[in-house]
Amino acid sequence: MYNDKNSQKIVDIIQNWARKHSIWVLAYGTGCGAIEIAPTMTSRYDAERLGIRGAATPRQADVLLVTGYLTVKTVKRVVRVYEQMQSPKYIIGFGSCTINGGMYYDSYNTINLLDKYIPVDVYINGCMPRPEAVIQGFVKLQQLIAEGKANGAQKYLDNLEWYKANQAKIAPKWIAKAPDYNW
Amino acid sequence: MATFVLAFIVGMTYGGIVRKITARVHNRMGPPFYQNFIDAFKLYSKTSAIHHGAMHFLGPAFLMVSSIVSLMIVPVLIPGGDSWYNSWFTNMNASGDLIFLIYIMVFGSLGLALGAGQTGNPNSSIGVTRGLSQMVGFEIPWVMALVALMISYKTTSIVDFINIQQETGTWLMFSHPLAFITAILAMLGMFRYSPFDIVGAPTELASGPVSENGGKFLFTMMSSGSVFAFVKLTLFVDLFMGGAENLVILVVKTFALYMIPVLYGIVSPRYRTEQAVRFFWGWPTFIGLLAILYAVIF
Repeated sequence: MYNDKNSQKIVDIIQNWARKHSIWVLAYGTGCGAIEIAPTMTSRYDAERLGIRGAATPRQADVLLVTGYLTVKTVKRVVRVYEQMQSPKYIIGFGSCTINGGMYYDSYNTINLLDKYIPVDVYINGCMPRPEAVIQGFVKLQQLIAEGKANGAQKYLDNLEWYKANQAKIAPKWIAKAPDYNW
Repeated sequence: MATFVLAFIVGMTYGGIVRKITARVHNRMGPPFYQNFIDAFKLYSKTSAIHHGAMHFLGPAFLMVSSIVSLMIVPVLIPGGDSWYNSWFTNMNASGDLIFLIYIMVFGSLGLALGAGQTGNPNSSIGVTRGLSQMVGFEIPWVMALVALMISYKTTSIVDFINIQQETGTWLMFSHPLAFITAILAMLGMFRYSPFDIVGAPTELASGPVSENGGKFLFTMMSSGSVFAFVKLTLFVDLFMGGAENLVILVVKTFALYMIPVLYGIVSPRYRTEQAVRFFWGWPTFIGLLAILYAVIF
């Protein structure tokens, strides 16, 4: 069910309001961007006042925050984590590395555009983005959720072959053997 | 039904207020006090396409059943009080006693342990073993405190304890201070705030037994946890603080009591499992023994 602005029912509006004000974040912090998460969550910038809090496992999370560059090895784990999350689920690409590779753009083992492998809802530009920028990205995601436009999970389901083909280009053996997650 | 709605609302609101208080202690702004309701509604509106077998589905149900059954037994208000809504909260107060309550309060955790075991997640298994060890720790002083009360008044009925306090006019926390101290120390472990949050340690165990549960599973666990917190607080108020004449007094008393584990927890780091068990088998058990001796001799 596409959830665009024109077809939002009253239930969708209430649900989207709740989703907007309760964002549980799973930070995939293997890149250097993870260092900005701690000040965002703690007392100086305090993301919890917007309803944003950390989730412990993919099963409980709403947002996957991919902080920084992804190597061929870690992108497999990100895909696995993303598929274990329960929809509605969103992805925030954090830092320049998720957009165009950043300073690793010509590396032999990092991916350049995250959107080719999993559907990203919001990008936060910068190297590194400051906590203000991170919170700005979350506010942008909240706007998209309230308008019903943050449907990356649906996009992933609709274009599954395209995403799987892209994933298979960088990790052919792994995709062939990957277990089926019940999402 | 009225009791359940009351317990749900009060428990969830307390959870939100605790988050707010924690944030203020951390010098943060904190979420609004109704944040837990938003979280619960959001969790309920998520899909729950997780399947690990029948026992995994039954785990949260066991938790909920345990919470509701113990809620039905614990008297919320003083039986026979004069508030106009008093009859709404007369559930099965007369038919349950403390011994049954000790059993049924553990039942939910055991059910969750079975459910968590079937998920096959190693974090869940570690969380379950930690939880059961900790339960062995705090159940001993807790039962000792209750046994001390039972011995000195020759009854196991909670309604009788309230009536005794009404007749004598003294709260049991003053006439049996040793039992009260033991019960409070056991309560620290019962609520699983720091330093006894070894079961669901988020960064260490990825939230332990609930780590494979999202969406509606987590909603069930969250609401049952809120109801259960209310049950435990009400039980303490009934046993040691003379019960509550009306809902306002109930809220004041339970909130004051709730602040003990919460405020102690905010400023505490986390114990290891064996430290937690050693804590409960040390001074709390000793004070519990003294309480039983006091009850037997006097």
